[in-house]
Amino acid sequence: MGAAPVEVEQPMTGQKATLDAPWVTVVWNDPVNLMIYVTYVFQKVFGYAKPKAEKLMLDVHHRGKAVVSSGTREAMERDAETLHGYGLWATVSHES
Amino acid sequence: MSWDFLEPAEDGEENLGLAASFRRVPGGAAAYFEEAQAGVIRSLVSQIAELVSADSTAAEVAETGEDDAVEAELGLSSHDEPPEDPVLARLLPDGYRDDPRASAEFRRYTEESLRSAKVASAQSVLASLPATGGEVLLSEPECQQWLRALNDVRLALSVRLGISDENEDLSEHLTADDPRSAYVWVYQWLAYLQDSLIEALT
Repeated sequence: MGAAPVEVEQPMTGQKATLDAPWVTVVWNDPVNLMIYVTYVFQKVFGYAKPKAEKLMLDVHHRGKAVVSSGTREAMERDAETLHGYGLWATVSHES
Repeated sequence: MSWDFLEPAEDGEENLGLAASFRRVPGGAAAYFEEAQAGVIRSLVSQIAELVSADSTAAEVAETGEDDAVEAELGLSSHDEPPEDPVLARLLPDGYRDDPRASAEFRRYTEESLRSAKVASAQSVLASLPATGGEVLLSEPECQQWLRALNDVRLALSVRLGISDENEDLSEHLTADDPRSAYVWVYQWLAYLQDSLIEALT
């Protein structure tokens, strides 16, 4: 097809951006999970020291959400599943 | 998130008392439960196990013997949409926000094992908590199962009680003649129990 060649490079830029941006696991605030429990789960699941786990918990509490881990999409899906096992409200997304 | 457990209202204590809480022991945690307390926990935890396993892919295959058998064997779920029951939807949430396609795929690969894990936690509680109550001694892995199972019960109760704000006064939330009001203090007691279990572990 005689498509305009100008557009050919565009997807490349898009793809590079996609490859560079890491995937993240986000935990959202909810009215049920106890703060002490959320802190405990972050320590248990990610091996974070208590101060880091507490800071993340407070971010979730005050800002409504926090990025709790980053890496490959597969690893983030495993983290989200583990957090769902503990009853936390976690989702996977692309960091923007 | 909820700041902390709320002290249950005095008139809610009735015949269950509130003393049951966990304490640290070598290798795990221990607590004493009255028969009535054990009954409440066992009943709620069983309901979660039933709810979570009821319409799982594995259960459907066992019932109908039909075409999802291969998927069930591989641990895949035939479900790719959020459950209609709001309690189930809270226990088995979407893996992606604003991306139904990715959520559907995530659900296909994770929902069945998540359901199994929740049933296993419930069964661990049922196995370690005698129906007659008494002294319960939990190993560290059992403590983990209890924490998850108690949390699942609290999540389920919160949906049924319509809890949407952590600062809400639960006793004012429901009218006295609402049959659900009996569960308000159960919800609070379970938070107290969960809190004591974490304190015992840390």
